[in-house]
Amino acid sequence: MSKIIPSAAKLLATNTIPKSAVPIVSTSTAKYSTKKEATFEIKPYKLHKLEKGPATSVILTAEDAINIYEKLAMLRRIETSAGNLYKEKIIRGFCHLYSGQEAIAVGMRTAMRDVDSVITAYRCHGWTHLMGVDLVGVLAELTGRKSGCSRGKGGSMHLYGRNFYGGNGIVGAQVPLGAGIAFAHKYNDDGGVNFALYGDGAANQGQLFEAYNMAKLWNLPCVFVCENNGYGMGTSIERSSASTDYYSRGDFIPGIWVDGMDVLATREATQFAIDYCTSGKGPLLLEMETYRYSGHSMSDPGTSYRTRDEVQEVRQTRDPITSFKEKIITYELATPDQLKEIDTRVRKEVDEATKIAKSDSEIGPEELAADIYYNNLEPEIRGVSPDSPLQHIEVSARN
Amino acid sequence: MSSLVVKRSVLLAKLIKHVNSEAKRLSSHFVYFPDNGKPVEGETTKMNMMQAINNAMDLTLRSDPTAVVFGEDVAFGGVFRCALGLQEKYGKDRVFNTPLCEQGIAGFGIGLATAGATAIAEIQFADYIFPAFDQLVNEAAKARYRSGGQFPCGALTVRTPCGAVGHGGLYHSQSPEAFFAHVPGLKVVVPRGPTAAKGLLLSCIREKDPCIFLEPKILYRSATEDVPVEDYTLPLGKAQVLREGDAATLVAWGTQVHVLLEVAQKAHDELGVSCEVIDLQSILPWDEETVCNSVKKTGRCLIAHEAPLTSGFGAEVAATVQEECFLHLEAPIGRVTGWDAPFPHVFEPFYLPTVSRCYDELRRLLQY
Ligand SMILES: Cc1ncc(C[n+]2csc(CCOP(=O)(O)OP(=O)(O)O)c2C)c(N)n1
Ligand SMILES: [Mg+2]
Repeated sequence: MSKIIPSAAKLLATNTIPKSAVPIVSTSTAKYSTKKEATFEIKPYKLHKLEKGPATSVILTAEDAINIYEKLAMLRRIETSAGNLYKEKIIRGFCHLYSGQEAIAVGMRTAMRDVDSVITAYRCHGWTHLMGVDLVGVLAELTGRKSGCSRGKGGSMHLYGRNFYGGNGIVGAQVPLGAGIAFAHKYNDDGGVNFALYGDGAANQGQLFEAYNMAKLWNLPCVFVCENNGYGMGTSIERSSASTDYYSRGDFIPGIWVDGMDVLATREATQFAIDYCTSGKGPLLLEMETYRYSGHSMSDPGTSYRTRDEVQEVRQTRDPITSFKEKIITYELATPDQLKEIDTRVRKEVDEATKIAKSDSEIGPEELAADIYYNNLEPEIRGVSPDSPLQHIEVSARN
Repeated sequence: MSSLVVKRSVLLAKLIKHVNSEAKRLSSHFVYFPDNGKPVEGETTKMNMMQAINNAMDLTLRSDPTAVVFGEDVAFGGVFRCALGLQEKYGKDRVFNTPLCEQGIAGFGIGLATAGATAIAEIQFADYIFPAFDQLVNEAAKARYRSGGQFPCGALTVRTPCGAVGHGGLYHSQSPEAFFAHVPGLKVVVPRGPTAAKGLLLSCIREKDPCIFLEPKILYRSATEDVPVEDYTLPLGKAQVLREGDAATLVAWGTQVHVLLEVAQKAHDELGVSCEVIDLQSILPWDEETVCNSVKKTGRCLIAHEAPLTSGFGAEVAATVQEECFLHLEAPIGRVTGWDAPFPHVFEPFYLPTVSRCYDELRRLLQY
C-alpha cells in the first residue's frame, strides 16, 4: 500500500491530470464507509506568546471527510483547468495557481462561519469558489467573459464574492484592508472575524506592520494568515526574510505555526482563531507552511530557483490531497470508490464550466467606461477618439 | 442629434469589430522602427532592449566601483532578465535581491546614494512603484533642495518596466510618467529602443539628480538594433527628431513613437504629406525648444501617449505649444491617448492610441 500511494500521489498531483480517477489500490471491498468518525494527531504547532494552542488531537467525521475531500479535489481541478486555459491563450493577464496549497483554503473554510470574511492576494480562484461563487463565475472571470464574477473586468487576480473582499494584485496591499474589514465586524457587532491572507514575500511589506499595529491597538477580530510557500517569486524565504518564523513576526500579536499541508491542522487552527478573536482578545497571526507546485505564475516555469526534485519530493510526501485521501481510506471514513465518484463528478463539473467560460461572450467595449464612478458627473468618458465617444454607464447595481 | 447617435453606434460597431479582430493575446499594436543613426562610431552588436540595458549596467559596474544594482529577484536577472549574469560577474555584494518591499527599496536606494554610492534600483513593474511613491516624491526629489545642496541623492536611478504589453491587464500595463513629471527634483526618461535605452540609462546613472527610467516592457525582446558596444551617453532633456516634415508635428515617447512613425509613413503614402516625428525621450525636463520649433514650422501638433488623457503628459506639452506657437497653429492641438479609465483587462486594443486612432486624428488636424 505505502508503495503504491506515492505513485498515485504523483499521478494525482501532476498539473495535467490525465485521469482524475486515481487508481488507489485498496483491499477494502465495501462501497461505502462503515466508520462514523476517527481521531487524528496533528503535527505540533509552534506558539508565539500563547500559553495554549489549538488541539493536536482532532476528530473527523465521515461526512466531513467526504466534504473536505470534495473541496480539495475541486480546487486542484479548477487550477488544472486554469492552467490549460492559460496555455491555450484564452486567459489574458497573469495567472497564479494555488495547486499544493489547497489544504489552507479548504481547512479554513470548513471552520469558518457564514459571518466571517476573507481577503487574499492573487492566488484566489479556489478561495472564490469556496466562498460561494459558482464554477462558471470563477472560470469565466479568468477568461474575461460576461459570466465572470467581476464581469470579466478584473481577470484572474480580481475575483470577488459575498464576504470575499477579493483577489488583490498589489502584494501586501490587501492586509491593511483586512484590519479595516475586521474593524467593521467589531463596529457592527456582527460577531464576524476577518481573515487576511498574504504570502511569505508579502510579509516583508511595510504596510503589514502598520496593519498589525492598528489591529492590536484596537483589538480587532482580525486573523493574519501568512501562507508560507517557501518562495516569493524566485526568492526563497531564507534570502528574503531576516526571520522566517512568520508566526512570530507580529511581535505583540500572538501567533501559531501550522502545518499548512494538513487540512485538519488548518481547520483546527482556524477554529481556535475564531474562538480567540470572538472572545475579544484581539488579532491573531497564523503561519501556514505550504508549497506551490507550479511556477509563481504561468509565465514562470518555476525551475530556475528550485530543483525539480524538491517539487517532486513535496508532491510525493506531503501532498495535501493524497495525504488526506490516504488517511480517510486507511481509517475507513471513505472508500476508494466513493472518492473515485467524487473525482469523476468534480472533473465533469469543472469541464462543463470550462466550456461555458470559453464560449461565453465578452462584455462590449462600451463597458470600458462603465462603473468607474458611482455617479458620473459627465456623460462621456474622456479620451480622444473624437468621433466615437464612450458614454459613462452604470452596469452593476449601486448600493 | 439623432443622426449623431446613429453615427456613434455605427462607429461603435466598427470599433467592436476592430477590437475583436485584434484582441488576441500577445498581438502587438505597433511595428518596430529600428534606429538607423548611431550615437557613436565604432563596433556595434545586435542587442534587444533588455540586452542594451544589461550592457549599460555592465559598463557601469565595471567602471564605477561604487555602483550597486538591486531589486526584487535581481540576483538572477529580475523578471525581465535585464540584470542577467551581472551577479556572477560582479558579486553578491554589488548585485542583489531585495525583499518584496518597494517603499524600502526606494528609501534604501536614496540613503545609499546620499552616502555616495551609485544606486541602481529596479522596481519590478511600474505598476508597483506606488508603494515607493512617497520616498521618491517626498525624499528623493527634495533632498538636494531642503538640505541647501548638502545631501543630494543624485546617484539614484530607479529603473522600472512600464506600458502595455498586449495582455497585461490592470496591474502590468500602466504608464505612470505623468505622476513623476509633476515632481521638481526628479528626472524622468522613457527610451524607445535599445540604442536610446543604453545611452539614456548611462546618462541617468551618471546624472547628478535622481532619475526615474521607465522601460516600455514590450520592447525588451521585440526591439532589436545594432547597438554600439562602447560606452556612450545621450543627453537628458533633449528630444530627437526621427523624421522630418512640414505638414504636422507628431510627438510621443516610448512605444508610442513607433506608432506615430507608422502614422507618418501612412500619411506619406496615402495623403502625400510629410510629418515630423519627435521622440521626447525625456519627460522631465522635456525639450520645449525642439517641439516648439517644429510646430512653428508645421503649424499642427499631435501628441500621443498610452496613459489616460486627463493630466497625462500630453496636456503639459499642449499647453506649452499653444503658448509658444499660438500664431503659428493651423489647427487645435490634438491628443490621442488612453481613455480616462483604469487600464482594462479585456479591452486593451481598444484602450490604446493605435495607428488608426492616431491617423484619424491626424487627418482631422490636416483638414481643420
Ligand atoms: C507591490 C507589488 N510588488 C511586486 C509585485 C509583483 N509580485 C507579484 S507576486 C510577487 C511575489 C509574492 O510572493 P508571496 O507573497 O510569497 O506570495 P506567493 O506568490 O508565494 O503566493 C511579486 C514580487 C506586486 N504584485 N505588487
Ligand atoms: Mg510565497
